[in-house]
Amino acid sequence: MVTLTINGLQVSVEEGTTLLEAAKFLNFPIPTLCHMEGLSPYGACRLCVVEIGEGPRSRLVTSCTYPAEEGLVVRTTSKRVDRARRMVIELLLGTCPQSKIIQDIASKYNVRQQRFRQEYDDCILCGLCVRMCAEQMMAKAIGFRGRGETRSIGTPFDVKSDVCRLCGGCIYVCPACQLRCTYNQPEKAVCGGCANIAAPCLKKPEFEDMMCYMDPCVACEIKKD
Amino acid sequence: MVSEEVSKLLERHEGKQGALISILEEIQARYSYLPQELLREVAVQSGRSLTDVYGVATFYKAFSLQPRGKHLISVCLGTACHVRGGPAIADELEKQLGIKAGQTTPDREFTLESVNCLGACALGPVVVVDGHYFSNVKSSQVKEILEKSKKGLDIVEIDTDERIFPIEVSCARCNHSLMDSEHQIDGHPSIRVTVSFGQRHGWMCISSLWGSYNVTSKHEIPYETIVNFFCPHCHAELIGGASCSECNAPMVPMVIRGGGVVQLCSRRGCKNHILDLGGTVFE
Ligand code: FES
Ligand code: FES
Repeated sequence: MVTLTINGLQVSVEEGTTLLEAAKFLNFPIPTLCHMEGLSPYGACRLCVVEIGEGPRSRLVTSCTYPAEEGLVVRTTSKRVDRARRMVIELLLGTCPQSKIIQDIASKYNVRQQRFRQEYDDCILCGLCVRMCAEQMMAKAIGFRGRGETRSIGTPFDVKSDVCRLCGGCIYVCPACQLRCTYNQPEKAVCGGCANIAAPCLKKPEFEDMMCYMDPCVACEIKKD
Repeated sequence: MVSEEVSKLLERHEGKQGALISILEEIQARYSYLPQELLREVAVQSGRSLTDVYGVATFYKAFSLQPRGKHLISVCLGTACHVRGGPAIADELEKQLGIKAGQTTPDREFTLESVNCLGACALGPVVVVDGHYFSNVKSSQVKEILEKSKKGLDIVEIDTDERIFPIEVSCARCNHSLMDSEHQIDGHPSIRVTVSFGQRHGWMCISSLWGSYNVTSKHEIPYETIVNFFCPHCHAELIGGASCSECNAPMVPMVIRGGGVVQLCSRRGCKNHILDLGGTVFE
């Protein structure tokens, strides 16, 4: 057991517990995006930053990946944390302004302006879908490709993967929500999970073959020229 | 065929750390790119997922998934070369080749790529063609560089490079010259010997240029095989008892006209050779 202090409250947790889990135990809310129970922590979105240490030696870490340490002092809502977190939200909004999940987080943290050019990207590279596919579906049909600016997520060689079982798990967890949506190109689709929901794109003739998990996604509306 | 090749590669590297990268490097060295078929085979045979293999293959810039041209041109756009006019050189190369950086000409002659610093900043702007460095390049020189590369930079070098010189050798036993003026390699008479490996037997001609590793032979000799060398005249085996300091294969001695002995490693692909001119030893 290790004992640490979160926002002035002492808590003892099992070794290996992350700061995020410890904070949750004490009911301190920390926003997360790339974290999901059942998937290994990844630390991609940086939304869950907290401040550890004291005085000039304090620093920001991602709580979803940082393991609890004996005597650690953690603040989940200091000024510095707040500033960093709002910046992260702004950046995420710039990448994927159309994502409902990101919009919700922004409104919750009162981020009302967004100073960056809006990219309307369909991926924030949070890796949720990759981990879902590998760890829960045991398929490893999709993965990261390339690096730096050209890093992307998809199947090898951009063709339908042999090991994909069309479970739709990747679309289900995607916070940018239309990541796997291939609009009117069903031959490229990774998922074909369900056709039971009335997503707006499904009602149009050109999307007839498409299936979409993301009911209020509307990404196809924005993306389609 | 492909599966055999891959299984051999795997045998050699599997179990070591970073095995995947070494495997991909070898494939790249062999084909100058990573064919899809082979990547799939590597994934199947090594038990890795194709996604992981593909991820590694696309992560490193040294790997290419597209076939590359015969000549690889890298133009440096690092900070130093950038301020010294690298972008203008890149533009000129793009214009003359009619392709963008990262592409290959349709005739598969040239692949152009831009790199960020080659560690030779004082020479900038730097252009590297097939491992040959061109320094202080001006746009007006681009045409010349391209023409030179088309002709083959190695040939040009053999004429002017002082480290390379021809030697003449004979058999240590019958003293018959081994030179073959009919069969020229690198523009000089070659050294002709008889070789055997496995069940195969036939002639092989070695470049007589010290520093050149060009050979031609009747049978394609697979890399890493140790071959036995014979004198084509007295049929004695050329063997001295010394073994290679790098790979332990037997060394093949030949007598140099004018005194001295040259020893070559008998393993195909091993570049170890020693020149002993009675006292001074070059390696
Ligand atoms: S939730 Fe911790 S970095 Fe994304
Ligand atoms: S910047 Fe070109 S070699 Fe360093």
